[in-house]
Amino acid sequence: MDFGFTDDQRDIQRTARDLLAERARWERVREHAEAARTDEALWRELCELGWPGIAIAEEYGGQGLGTIELAILCEELGRVVAPVPFLGSAMAACVIEQSGTAEQRERWLPGLASGETIGALAGATDGTAELVVGGAEAGVIVLIEDDGSGRLVTPEQAEVSPFAAIDPTRSAAKVTASDSGEVLAEGCPGLGRALVAVSSELVGVSERALEMTVEYVKDRKQFGVPVGSYQAVSHRCAQMLLDTERARSATAFAAWSADSDPERLAEGAAMAKASASDAGIEVTTGAIQMHGGIGFTWEADVHWLYKRAQLDAALLGGAKRHRARLAEILADRVAASAAA
Amino acid sequence: MESAIYFEEIGRARVPFSANTLGLLLGGPTLMVWGTDEQKERYLAPILSAEEIWCQGFSEPDAGSDLASLKTRAVKDGDEWVVTGQKVWTSGAQYAKWCMLVARTDQDVPKHKGLTYFLMDMEQDAVQVRPLRQITGEAEFNELFIEEARIPDSNVIGGVGNGWKVALTTLMNERAGLGFALQIRLRQLMDDVIAVAGEKGLLENPLYADAIAELHTRCETIRLLAWKGLTDVERYGQPGPEGSLVKWLWSDTNQRATQLAADVIGPQALTTGTSWSYELMRARGNTIEGGTTEVLKNIVAERVLGLPRLKVAV
Repeated sequence: MDFGFTDDQRDIQRTARDLLAERARWERVREHAEAARTDEALWRELCELGWPGIAIAEEYGGQGLGTIELAILCEELGRVVAPVPFLGSAMAACVIEQSGTAEQRERWLPGLASGETIGALAGATDGTAELVVGGAEAGVIVLIEDDGSGRLVTPEQAEVSPFAAIDPTRSAAKVTASDSGEVLAEGCPGLGRALVAVSSELVGVSERALEMTVEYVKDRKQFGVPVGSYQAVSHRCAQMLLDTERARSATAFAAWSADSDPERLAEGAAMAKASASDAGIEVTTGAIQMHGGIGFTWEADVHWLYKRAQLDAALLGGAKRHRARLAEILADRVAASAAA
Repeated sequence: MESAIYFEEIGRARVPFSANTLGLLLGGPTLMVWGTDEQKERYLAPILSAEEIWCQGFSEPDAGSDLASLKTRAVKDGDEWVVTGQKVWTSGAQYAKWCMLVARTDQDVPKHKGLTYFLMDMEQDAVQVRPLRQITGEAEFNELFIEEARIPDSNVIGGVGNGWKVALTTLMNERAGLGFALQIRLRQLMDDVIAVAGEKGLLENPLYADAIAELHTRCETIRLLAWKGLTDVERYGQPGPEGSLVKWLWSDTNQRATQLAADVIGPQALTTGTSWSYELMRARGNTIEGGTTEVLKNIVAERVLGLPRLKVAV
């Protein structure tokens, strides 16, 4: 029994981190964020490397790897706040592959795998999704209702109203579909995988925010000593690590159960999204505070992580929503064991 | 790994921990790292058979979090050591044959360097055990009064002056190993709370539902982190400082869980003699014993994150 990554998974992680350290430096992310544009060159390169199709079956042009491998890429892209529409495409593909008909899979997955089609996925109420990340440029949008039922729409079938979200590294839109589009299979089993993807991004965001903070408080001196030697600061950093590791463990469990124990995926995904949403916000707010005045400046770049965390935490429901879902699962379990 | 599975099953079966938990979880692993072949030969088998119970003599009245400042002295006399001092929080001392004792053997070097780790025979008149009553009303721990006790030189573990390093091995096993056994107890407590909350309809109350879901998530996370820590033990031979994270999270969560239980269960949880009230009180010790949360945060900051130490007077 081994709770670490396999050698192949470690290779994927190392290769992805090295590439993004080179291609998604802060100055480049800042440039695209300020212009509210996708980094087209980076996106093209990632598509050529087959990233969007990592977890899509080979018969649709993907690489046929698992949810853990997808989670690794999401985490790395989250670390650098990459200005590419990866997450929405990956989440849409998870749901279409798991819940779509053969025809829907045939129609959408090859484009999502190659990156020619951009996808988006969002929570909706009565056919309206208030926050669709990547919605402005998506060719296919998956809407998931509160009861878990899913619907697949194209921009032609819906009203897509882009708006400027605080995280400008990806587009955002409100999508009103009413009852147009195609209905997906009951229960939407792909949703758990989509939640793993966004939770992984939040883990990456948290991890990077903590790393930047640790570097800063080691270096920054006040009263003649590094501020990181004060326990008021070092203990907050320790708390940030604990929050990050909790989110990482819960997300790793959900990713593992998606591939190996689907019975526990709904529970695992709820725990992952609750922990990761909390961690993303706690750790990035801590990062700004521990940077002091510098952390409040545009130049410090910590705010890009904070803004990404806010959007990701809200996407498909925040921590409270997922704890409520988890409580329903626990209540069902109590009822089932009382009946038995 | 097998030991971890054993303790999970013990916890799941709701039977008491086996006799000699400290010998099994702390003494054995410490000897396996630092003991000589003769010492392993002599002591490991009686630990396993529980013929010889072990206890731990580390903390002193004036040396708690600052363990390395301890004052119990050991002076060489021929091929024996003569030990005088006082120890506290020694659980199981009244049943123990051997005490893992850290004592000062050199006054003239920095405090961490003058310590030696001994195995002291508890069956001698020079060692007096006095029970220490705690807030639960019971006496799980003891004070140890040591007045010129004798320890043969062959009972030094890991060499004279090397006691701090040997003690750290014991402490890291305490955080990783004992924590492992205890997380399953927490899981059971939460299962009981969830069952009662379900019967009372509290899982439909959003405030209770939120608190219970949060604690359920923490319990599962602790279990995962504990298993992850075990993977590190299998890879690197001994637990790393990350074990401090698990102990910190477990102790905090156990306190929150027992407090929530008091709310969900009602007055029965505040009635003396119930397991709920016992756990409510016992949990207060969790964030103090085996490294206070404040010290664990220092360890995480310095040894995991690599932050600089605050300079304090030594």
